[in-house]
Amino acid sequence: MNPTTTWYLVLAAILFGLGAIGLMVRRNPLVMFMCIELMLNAVNLSFVAFARSFTDIDGQTAVFFVMVVAAAEVVVGLGIIISIMRRRPQATVDDLAELKG
Amino acid sequence: MLDALWLIPAAPLAGFILILLFGRRLGEPAAGYLAATMVAVSFAVTVGVFFDLLGNDEHHREHVLTLFSWVPVGDLQIDMALLADPLSITMALFITGIGSMIHLFAIGYMHGDPKFSKFFLYLNLFVLSMLMLVLGENLLVTFLGWEGVGACSYFLISFWHTRPSAATAGKKAFVTNRIGDWGVMLAMFLGFTTVGSVSYGALNHAAEEGGIATSTATGIALLLFVGAVGKSAQLPLYLWLPDAMEGPTPVSALIHAATMVTAGVFLMTRMNPMLAAAADWAPEIIAWTGAITALFAASIAVAQNDIKKVLAYSTVSQLGYMFLAVGSGAYVAAIFHMITHAFFKALMFLGSGSVIHGMHEEQDMRRMGALRVMMPVTAGTFIIGWLAIAGVPPFAGFWSKDEILLFTLASSPVLYVIGLITAILTAYYMTRQVLMVFFGEARWESHAEDQGAHGEFRPHESPPVMLAPLVVLAGLSIVGGVIQLPSFGIIPKGWRHKLEDWLHPVVEPGEAVIKGTSAYDAKVWLAVLAIACALSGIALAVAVYGRRRLRAIEPQLLADGWRYDAGVSAFMGGPGRRAFDALARFDARVVDGAVNGVAALVASTSGRVRRLQTGNVRSYAGIVGAGVVLVLIWFVIVRGVL
Amino acid sequence: MELVVFVCATAMVLAGAIAVIVSPNPVHAALGLVLTLFGIAVHFVAMEAHFLAAVQVIVYAGAVVVLFLFVIMLLGVDRSEDLSIEPMPIQRPLAVVVGGGVSALVIAAVLRVRETLGSDEVAAAGDTNIRALARNLYSDHVLAFELTSVLLIVAVVGTVVLTRRVRTSEDVS
Repeated sequence: MNPTTTWYLVLAAILFGLGAIGLMVRRNPLVMFMCIELMLNAVNLSFVAFARSFTDIDGQTAVFFVMVVAAAEVVVGLGIIISIMRRRPQATVDDLAELKG
Repeated sequence: MLDALWLIPAAPLAGFILILLFGRRLGEPAAGYLAATMVAVSFAVTVGVFFDLLGNDEHHREHVLTLFSWVPVGDLQIDMALLADPLSITMALFITGIGSMIHLFAIGYMHGDPKFSKFFLYLNLFVLSMLMLVLGENLLVTFLGWEGVGACSYFLISFWHTRPSAATAGKKAFVTNRIGDWGVMLAMFLGFTTVGSVSYGALNHAAEEGGIATSTATGIALLLFVGAVGKSAQLPLYLWLPDAMEGPTPVSALIHAATMVTAGVFLMTRMNPMLAAAADWAPEIIAWTGAITALFAASIAVAQNDIKKVLAYSTVSQLGYMFLAVGSGAYVAAIFHMITHAFFKALMFLGSGSVIHGMHEEQDMRRMGALRVMMPVTAGTFIIGWLAIAGVPPFAGFWSKDEILLFTLASSPVLYVIGLITAILTAYYMTRQVLMVFFGEARWESHAEDQGAHGEFRPHESPPVMLAPLVVLAGLSIVGGVIQLPSFGIIPKGWRHKLEDWLHPVVEPGEAVIKGTSAYDAKVWLAVLAIACALSGIALAVAVYGRRRLRAIEPQLLADGWRYDAGVSAFMGGPGRRAFDALARFDARVVDGAVNGVAALVASTSGRVRRLQTGNVRSYAGIVGAGVVLVLIWFVIVRGVL
Repeated sequence: MELVVFVCATAMVLAGAIAVIVSPNPVHAALGLVLTLFGIAVHFVAMEAHFLAAVQVIVYAGAVVVLFLFVIMLLGVDRSEDLSIEPMPIQRPLAVVVGGGVSALVIAAVLRVRETLGSDEVAAAGDTNIRALARNLYSDHVLAFELTSVLLIVAVVGTVVLTRRVRTSEDVS
């Protein structure tokens, strides 16, 4: 029995869920970022699965752009984290609560 | 000339603007002459329009000049339009005619006043508003003028506003008028909702054709009457007129004798088809109000000592006669009396102004006397006015009052008796006034001692600029009756009923027909009775104040005006005030409280919701995640993919 | 055969994901991420998206994760996080609800509509994958392409500006 599109989509869903759990549970900012990457990859997987099943190359183009934007996002995000963490190396995300209303 | 109709209000408007811009530079007396000239121009144009209308035959004497579309909103289409028909041109004639003469008088009277130009500014504005009122083609243009004359009345009454009594009087006039204005506004709204227009043509046409239900017509007519009661100082809203004497005398003459106060009578006459389509008891209310007011005011005038207050109450009383006429269906008689009253009342107010001027601002009649020697012209013209108002033929007042009494008897004998008693009282108090001021002993000599170092005090005659209008008005008071001579045998046929023929197309729907009644048949006897009443009133007054054979009866109750004014003040100060305060508290607590309560609710809710803003990224992520789950639940479960 | 490939790749993916979310040491988490990315790349190959698989390995696994490791080392945040305590008590149950909920709901939706999900057959490709992708990218989506290049420049410049150390007199001496 061959893997069908459905299987890929289920996998993507599970991966996304795992990423969401990780994002909410971990306190280290870099690990949280990695969980975001997990979620993005789950989405990429589902895009490619749909691209294959509907024979539409647009799905893969979408993945292309997602990767580009994800890369840019990582760059900027890490830059911000560096700027913050220089001052407070021990900080976890919970300590960065300046926006408290 | 009909197309130049717009010039009639445009001239005083130009005067107003010019004085507004250059008044201070023009100064005295140029500003006064400018104002008077503008009103005279108006008068000339009015005369031109009058002759144009006269040239057409009876059924083509209506001309509408639309200036521009004023309120084009959906179904409501109101134009700024002027209507030239017999009624409006008649009103415009005596407004501009008497107005220009009063302007001339005021140039002399206001001599030396620091606010000279401002006075004429307001006077021109007043003439403009009054002309808009009478020339309006629809209720809204009339209302514009209505409000305008109310505002000018306020300005002019409180002209010497540094005097607290003057300022108060101005406010009182404005507020009381406002109560009446409420009635006019409601009438306009009612008219619009039933007929779809506020134009006189549309409303009156609908009333004549039977397109308005009786109850609606009654509503409109009585609401307009409420406005008339306020503007024309009838019971219960007459209180402002005696206090309005605080204003300079030309103001009293123009506004509170000849023009503004007649606006109520004009409005009722203009809307006579509406009143005719109303229930039968509606004109009765008007007639009774007029009659009671006339008697009431005449009784008060008997005990007044201020020269102007007597004339003020007299005006209220004579206006009562006019409304009595309106209620009895005698519109022509009402307008006739309005015209003759304008002549002799303006004459007497100006005459009293001349007296006050000559007595160096003294207004108490008890300190006057024997002035006919010092002020012959003033005295002579005033006496002519007195004879006119008392109803002595052949002066103008006799003809108009007699006409009213004739129609009154035809509609209600009780009202006739009231009218007759009032006529006696009128003759009595006017004679009293003439005797106290111009005859008898010179009581002002004791007053001279109060003048102190001023030197010997002698009342003096007024300058010619003030006397000329008096003479003209006196002449009109003598011959004024000729415009509506009754059908007595001795009067040649071609001289009769001129005013009635002229106004016929306008008042035809509402005019009562009395030709076949017993009253009409006895009209000569009624005239004789009226003359007898007038002479008896005069004789009574001469006996009391002239020969001093009888004791004067001037009870304090009458002098206080039956304490009506005091009663109103007490009510307004006491229970009225408490009610208003309660309303104000309601507004503050409930209405404002609701608004503030909403704000407080928002503030407290936001205070609680604020706690979600922990600044903590993970809790935000949690909330976002929860939201995503909810959205997914909506789409997958509720919207039914599952 | 494809089934075997699928199972192995899936195992890699899930193992890596669990490693990311469970490892106290961030370096271990990064390695778990690399494993996941490789697994995804294998899936891409299996679905005939060769170019994307290559890009995945080169850009994602090769550049992004390396960047992560640099930052971890640079800042010395390699100290392990204590996972036994949780300051916000609601967070863990909420995480399970959210993550589990999202997964469950999406899986439910997918299972419901699985018949409409198009063919499972790999169609005979007229062009190579990269050619087809390029054709699509440079004609239909060229504007987006240009904008992403702008995006990349902005990101680089922005990050450089953000992380600059302002020179003070102490540094000079």
